[in-house]
Amino acid sequence: MTATPFSSVALVFVGSFIGSFGAVYLKSGSQCLRHGLRYIFNWRLGLGVGLFVLSSLFFVQGIRHGELSVLYPMVSLGYIWTLLWSRLFFGEPFTRGKFVGLALILVGVFFVGLGSR
Amino acid sequence: MSSATIPKPAETGARLSPQTKSLVLVLCCTVLGAAAQILMKSGSAHVAHPGIVGVAMALLTNLTLFGGYALYGLSTLLLVLALRDGELSLLYPVIALTYVWVTLLSFLIFRETINPFKLIGISSIVCGVAILGRSGKQ
Repeated sequence: MTATPFSSVALVFVGSFIGSFGAVYLKSGSQCLRHGLRYIFNWRLGLGVGLFVLSSLFFVQGIRHGELSVLYPMVSLGYIWTLLWSRLFFGEPFTRGKFVGLALILVGVFFVGLGSR
Repeated sequence: MSSATIPKPAETGARLSPQTKSLVLVLCCTVLGAAAQILMKSGSAHVAHPGIVGVAMALLTNLTLFGGYALYGLSTLLLVLALRDGELSLLYPVIALTYVWVTLLSFLIFRETINPFKLIGISSIVCGVAILGRSGKQ
């Protein structure tokens, strides 16, 4: 059993951060679709997808080495960043349901990672 | 008597609130995402050159890896449609359901064992998603 190298942790951490901004731009770009599906090609959605692709390159590279029980929950750090950005940029309220739901999901992802080694 | 009749699928579809529709779209998104991850996992085993550039180059020659990314694209499209009408902070964590499908698909396809850790994990994720889904209806 090899320890998780720092480079993997760093790659996945950066990937989760980049991915959370991908989600922010997908959300803001999706509002253009209110006027019709033909507005699917807008720069916000393009940037969102670009950030997702970039983050997935970090993830693919990051999870090649190291413990999934460490790296899987770190991928899910993106959900926490996104909770913060949702409030900051879109004024979505913090609710108890969001915190409890997210906490259960993070605990769940940790256990899935623990069982995947 | 007429009130007891089962509504047609089209009628129930029309009655779904935008929030529920968004949740259903994200659920479909997670199933596609799980299929994408399984393709990416098989594909990444054949990446010849190390580094992020190597993965990017493999995308052009490795059909399995390419298929994984294509399914990810489709699931992203569903996510965008969901986000149009729903809250980002509610819908985004639901994507963790992908882990549940991956675990179940790995069990069915690759005959990977489901140990107690995985069972606790997927149960906890499902509970978390259920709580998020309920809080979205308020």
